[in-house]
Amino acid sequence: MLFTSYAFLGFLATLFLLYYLVPGRFQWKLLLAASYLFYFAAGPAWLLYILATTVTTYFAALRIEDMGRRQKAYIKANKDQLSKEEKKAYKDRIKSGQWRWLLACLLFNLGILAVVKYTNFAISNVNGLLRAVGSARQFGFWDIALPMGISFYTFQALGYLIDVYRGTVEAERNPGRLALFVSFFPQLIQGPISRFGDLAQSLFAEHGFDGKRFNYGLERILWGYFKKLVIADRILTGVNAIIRDTGTYRGAYVFVGMLFYALELYADFTGGIDITIGIAQSLGIGVKENFRRPYFSKSVKEYWRRWHITMGTWFTDYIFYPISVCKPMLKFSRFARAHFGECIGKRAPVYLSSFAVWLATGIWHGASWNFVVWGLGNWVILMVSQELEPLYARFHGRFRVQGSWWFKLFQVVRTVLLMSCLRTFDCYRDVPLTFRMFGTLFTEGNWHILWDGSLLGLGLSVVDYGVLLAGLALLVTVSLLQRSGSVRDRIAAKPYPVRFLVWYGLFLAVLLAGAYGIGYDASQFIYNQF
Amino acid sequence: MEELLEILKDLHPEVDFGICDSLIDDKILDSFDIVSIIAEINDRFDITVTAEKITPQNFNSARALYALIQELEDEE
Amino acid sequence: MGTAAVIIASLCFLQRLLMPKYAADVVEGALIAEYYGEEKDHDVIFIGDCEVYENFSPAVLWRDYGINSYIRGSAQQLIWQSYYLLEDTLRYEKPRAVIFNVLAMQYNEPQREAYNRMTLEGMRWSLSKAAAIRASMTEEEHFLEYVFPLLRYHSRWSELGKADVAYLLDTPKVSHNGYYMRVDVKPAEHVPEGRILADYRFGENAWDYMDRITALCRDNDIRLILVKAPSLYPYWYDQWEEQIEGYAAENDLLYINFLELQEETGLDFSTDTYDAGLHLNLSGAEKITAYLGEVLQREAGLADRRGEEVLTRVWEEKIAAYEQEKTEQYERLK
Repeated sequence: MLFTSYAFLGFLATLFLLYYLVPGRFQWKLLLAASYLFYFAAGPAWLLYILATTVTTYFAALRIEDMGRRQKAYIKANKDQLSKEEKKAYKDRIKSGQWRWLLACLLFNLGILAVVKYTNFAISNVNGLLRAVGSARQFGFWDIALPMGISFYTFQALGYLIDVYRGTVEAERNPGRLALFVSFFPQLIQGPISRFGDLAQSLFAEHGFDGKRFNYGLERILWGYFKKLVIADRILTGVNAIIRDTGTYRGAYVFVGMLFYALELYADFTGGIDITIGIAQSLGIGVKENFRRPYFSKSVKEYWRRWHITMGTWFTDYIFYPISVCKPMLKFSRFARAHFGECIGKRAPVYLSSFAVWLATGIWHGASWNFVVWGLGNWVILMVSQELEPLYARFHGRFRVQGSWWFKLFQVVRTVLLMSCLRTFDCYRDVPLTFRMFGTLFTEGNWHILWDGSLLGLGLSVVDYGVLLAGLALLVTVSLLQRSGSVRDRIAAKPYPVRFLVWYGLFLAVLLAGAYGIGYDASQFIYNQF
Repeated sequence: MEELLEILKDLHPEVDFGICDSLIDDKILDSFDIVSIIAEINDRFDITVTAEKITPQNFNSARALYALIQELEDEE
Repeated sequence: MGTAAVIIASLCFLQRLLMPKYAADVVEGALIAEYYGEEKDHDVIFIGDCEVYENFSPAVLWRDYGINSYIRGSAQQLIWQSYYLLEDTLRYEKPRAVIFNVLAMQYNEPQREAYNRMTLEGMRWSLSKAAAIRASMTEEEHFLEYVFPLLRYHSRWSELGKADVAYLLDTPKVSHNGYYMRVDVKPAEHVPEGRILADYRFGENAWDYMDRITALCRDNDIRLILVKAPSLYPYWYDQWEEQIEGYAAENDLLYINFLELQEETGLDFSTDTYDAGLHLNLSGAEKITAYLGEVLQREAGLADRRGEEVLTRVWEEKIAAYEQEKTEQYERLK
């Protein structure tokens, strides 16, 4: 059930209706049923995967929390008898018990993810190696479909488990509630990756119908569909045309493809998240924002704080910090400081752990070398700009350009272009091809295609470009307005006829200009004598 | 406290750490800063700040961070 | 309340505006809907694909035999569509005879969305229409898009033309009781042989609907007559002919294969076709309709109704329009 299917709209309408009809205490149960129905519709067999993750994290979390409670109770009860050392020894013993449970559960669930997501990647690498050493032996690929949303719900469940281990949230005692947290359907497909502490309260609470909130939710959903159907799915034709025919579309086309893809990805991803957050809001549930106008970022570092935020913070909290402040790392840092100097010693933890983070981020995005290179490309850019910081500071000390609008614009454009260049790895089949295609940017010299009408050959008509430009203009306008507060608040303050025009206009835009359905192709209707 | 302020000042001379209580919320400290701070205070105060202590509450102000240090010192 | 009215009214308007106006260019798409405006008192109903609506002329049946007939034909009408169109017709009237052109037996599965649309959109809503849609949809199609064609044609706003405005409320008539008139001539010179098929047996699904048509006619006391129009192409295989002959014999149905009646009908493919043998032009259609009328009179015992006053008046008008278009078309040819 895709967000853009009629079935999903029917599903959603039914859910909204039932949700506000059933007694409040049944609301979360209804959501659980709906989420499992949603998942069942995608693939009945996949339910086993999500159940396995839910059950293991449920019991591991309970176990970890119970051990912690027992430890506290024991120490409290024997406060006077135990020496400080004995207390510490007991604590350490419990902690290592908890750690073993955490580790077992992490390995089990990451193991599932690794096996279903990366087995074929591993096989293709082994095959490559075998070919390289001249062996004729090749392994067949494993015919397995990746369970829907597995990367997202696994991370969400494991985040919960680690939080319980850290003591930042209490373990959920009701298995149904935990199951809902793991499977909450609006965010199953593409996130955001919610934290238990952020989501649980509103997810399980009773919600009366609130007209304004419901309205805001629907508005957000509609806006999401606008981005997805009018912009993303329309420009997709152009993106596909360019990346699928690498013989024809080289040089300047690669550049065009980069920009198209930047727009497509943004509209598709943020549109999907708008739909997700809008659905949650209509249900009275607060899901954290995943984007804050990322294309307005002035540096790559800032961009990654504003793009796919919940993924970024997940990696920071659960991978970057644990690695960078763990004892071996600090030891290594001291060692490096002693042997290679202050400068390297200080940087070592940050560089090494962010390397790990970007490697993980890359491989998490997809099982191929393209994503590994993409992730590490981000890492290189981030580290280089970190190192260049003193230079920037000197530059800004000499030239007073910081703060001027054109310099900001330059920074924004630079960031968008940098990110777009890196994303070419997203588009082409393999890493060497990506480098080759990127190279044609500088060798082909066919920039005339930008204005000689060649762009009309990409499966996009003048009308398509018109719609895209209008859509883009609206997107930019809304983003600019958002800088000074909620656009929906502004709309809500207007008189009814104006509000109605805005909503209905947006609805008609989606309905008429959305790239969905079979599409009217007049040539199809020309009677060919049968 | 003085020692802590010194560490912070080294990192961001432009911030008044005595007053500011939204170091994380306002994104004054980023993840790289936090790792540097932890490395420093681990060394100077002879404590271990583990990853689970890295929360906005603990790092939003110098005072909160100092409270964390004291708490950890007590435990050692 | 007011809001809902505005929304519904504007959506209805948009839907009407954006739906293709078949009458303007692809007239085959406008045929099915025309039936509903008729006085429903027909003796004979034709169902089938282009081999009925281009090859038989109800005007001739009336003029020469006093038989009141109507053609519910459409482009690439699939056999289940014929069945449901017959069901639909029976909601309004009970003809004495139904004539089904058997070429559609060649298709066992849904074929092309565009043709589905041309057949199904014109039908009025009924359970028969719903069933026809469900039976016809290709994989890319969705039932909801038949209920709200706006969803199907939503992107046509960029291609709107004059006809979309001109025919917004009123659709001109394009047929003569379902007959699509063409008077131009393109002789059949070279008729290609049919390519060899892997399997000449008609599909199970097609047979199922054939049986249902037969049963529906039997249950309603309607004489079912099978015909194969004389079109030279699509190729009509001997193996197909055998199966139909067998079926007709088994079910005691009259089956007329016009391909074998060239001498009797006087059909001449150097003058009687407008597209080299695929379809007949007016001259061809009138020839084979004359033959059919005789058979109907003889075999189905259809009485001559030219004495009925009201009907005669209706037909006078129709024949006048028929003659006028004939003249106009010949004029244009000159």
